[in-house]
Amino acid sequence: MAKKPSGSKRPPKKSAAKKKSKTQRMPSLRAPADTLWLMYRKMSEIRLFEEQVWDVYTRGLMPGLAHLYIGEEAVAVGTCTALRDDDYITSTHRGHGHCLAKGGQLDRMMAEIMGKEAGYCRGKGGSMHIADMSVGILGANGIVGGGFGIATGAALSSKLRNSDQVSVCFFGDGASNQGIMLETVNMAAAWDLPAIYICENNQYGEHTPYQAVTGVEDIADRAKGLGLEGVIVDGSDVLAMFDSVNQAVDKARTGGGPTLIEAKTYRFHGHHVGDAQTYRTRDEAEWWRTNKDPIKLLSDYMVDNGVAKQEELDAIYEQVEREVLNAIEFGKDAPLPPPEQAYEDLYA
Amino acid sequence: MPEREMLFREAISEAMREEMQRDSSVFLIGEDVGPSGGIFKCCEGLFEQFGPQRVLDAPIAEAGYIGLSVGAAMTQMRPIAELMFGDFALLAMDQIVNQAAKIRYMTGGQCKVPMTIRLAMGAGRSSAAQHSQSLQSIFAHVPGLKVAMPSTPRDAKGLLKSAIRDDNPVLFFEDKMMYNDKGAVPEEDDFIIPFGQAEVKRSGTDATIVATSSMVTVALAAADKLAEEGLDIEVVDPRTLMPLDEETIVSSVRKTGYALVVDEAPQSYGATAEIAARIGEKAFDYLDAPVMRIGAADLPIPFSPPLEFPTIPDVERVVRAIKDQRGS
Repeated sequence: MAKKPSGSKRPPKKSAAKKKSKTQRMPSLRAPADTLWLMYRKMSEIRLFEEQVWDVYTRGLMPGLAHLYIGEEAVAVGTCTALRDDDYITSTHRGHGHCLAKGGQLDRMMAEIMGKEAGYCRGKGGSMHIADMSVGILGANGIVGGGFGIATGAALSSKLRNSDQVSVCFFGDGASNQGIMLETVNMAAAWDLPAIYICENNQYGEHTPYQAVTGVEDIADRAKGLGLEGVIVDGSDVLAMFDSVNQAVDKARTGGGPTLIEAKTYRFHGHHVGDAQTYRTRDEAEWWRTNKDPIKLLSDYMVDNGVAKQEELDAIYEQVEREVLNAIEFGKDAPLPPPEQAYEDLYA
Repeated sequence: MPEREMLFREAISEAMREEMQRDSSVFLIGEDVGPSGGIFKCCEGLFEQFGPQRVLDAPIAEAGYIGLSVGAAMTQMRPIAELMFGDFALLAMDQIVNQAAKIRYMTGGQCKVPMTIRLAMGAGRSSAAQHSQSLQSIFAHVPGLKVAMPSTPRDAKGLLKSAIRDDNPVLFFEDKMMYNDKGAVPEEDDFIIPFGQAEVKRSGTDATIVATSSMVTVALAAADKLAEEGLDIEVVDPRTLMPLDEETIVSSVRKTGYALVVDEAPQSYGATAEIAARIGEKAFDYLDAPVMRIGAADLPIPFSPPLEFPTIPDVERVVRAIKDQRGS
């Protein structure tokens, strides 16, 4: 949990509100102030973690590939802030953000990415397979669309056990063209399963613009044909995500069935570290970075509404940066797994 | 142990009923498994007894409901998924091979996937090439899966109960030609057959036939014929391909000096090759002739009976192979 800084108290200190006298607007905040702080902290964690992964990758400190979540932080954080610890998520190959937002620990994630025994998967999964069953992370998945079955099955399990846990399936615009989406979402709709499908439409399936290979402009439109509600949300606006997922969670928990939420978002980096990105223009990426940076949008909101001062936000950011650097050190210092461990963990 | 006679399909349904009574996390999902009882009648009475929360009619979406079974198995449930025809497993390969088989390993042992997939296999009903396949070798080839192949009602019941209680994904192959076979099954509720234990179905001294599923019946009939000619044949049924009871197979071959392996899948790259190779590795010095094997022809299963039957191993081919092997 985020350490609550002084600025998180409601009402805010007078100094925070002085320049625009926003004190009287506080009751209409789009989320409670402590929630705003928590979301700011989590998004910062993801941003800084991913920047360090970029560094770790280019310095050759990790094997394999790295798919960065930078630019999409609001989707994971807005969603997971609306969930309980015992709710489930399934994640994707671009999964670091989802795992951190759902409660994954920086150090064990970094150790896993570096292939160390202290990692979440004891070095057997790596970047694309991070899981922490103790906080409901049923795994990132290396198969595009691989989370649909697992998340929907977990939702079926909740229903059969008469539990009120909900299940979130994160997937991309690319996965929305996999047949498994139709098969599983159809069952969720037919049986009113407590599932929430979060489409992160970051505009590109690997190196291909989604419009080039997709028959609809909005993936959310597919919901109608599958028999559930489809919602479009600005995926750069963490508060819009939070609000929308909250509604979907309320509905799912009370037997109202599944929802499909399409978050319009953007991958600030390429498909993976090292991707030359010849398929898009610098101007396009720059526009998103300038106008749709989810962390900047939230910090502006917090400052404008007197929830925080910029220097308080900066202090949190720096504190998180130290935590991330500690995680790097933890990962680097952790021992590699002995080869004989390759033969463990296959059968229960 | 007191026994009674029952059909193979009744043994299957009794195993499911008992395990569903015993453990509330067990549920059944599949096409037409609900009020209609499954097309091979293996699920008769289960919907009436356990209701729609425990016996779920799935849409015709194999990848979908096998995928849901994986997720449910990871979250405290113990699904039994029925694939009406084993051929349809191919629609769900990503769920079985990329997800069910690997998720425990990939996550460093953080979860288990206790699910059973029941598949109707085999040729002989003029069902043609997409409803007749024997796909066991494909799944036995995937680390993380287990593969069971019962050959009698008794084994069907004992192995299925083991499969349902197993904490790993199990592919349970039921030869559709055996569903109405009758046999003795112990009455005891808790009768189970552990995986990885082959059974000597007929003991003999002159040659070993290792046979799976319905090929056990073929091998036993061949052994009877060969007995008339003075040959005493041992028939070994592995019962599970993964895990494989290599020891029982190898010690039988060391005793008899001859080995023939029979399985209904296309012969090339199949279970017969794997078992023959292990015999070669572990019993080479005891062999009086090369290991032989008989599988189905390397063809899609044809429709018309005069085309279909010659492609499947039968008693005559087994008898001939045993004689050829001895040069008699």
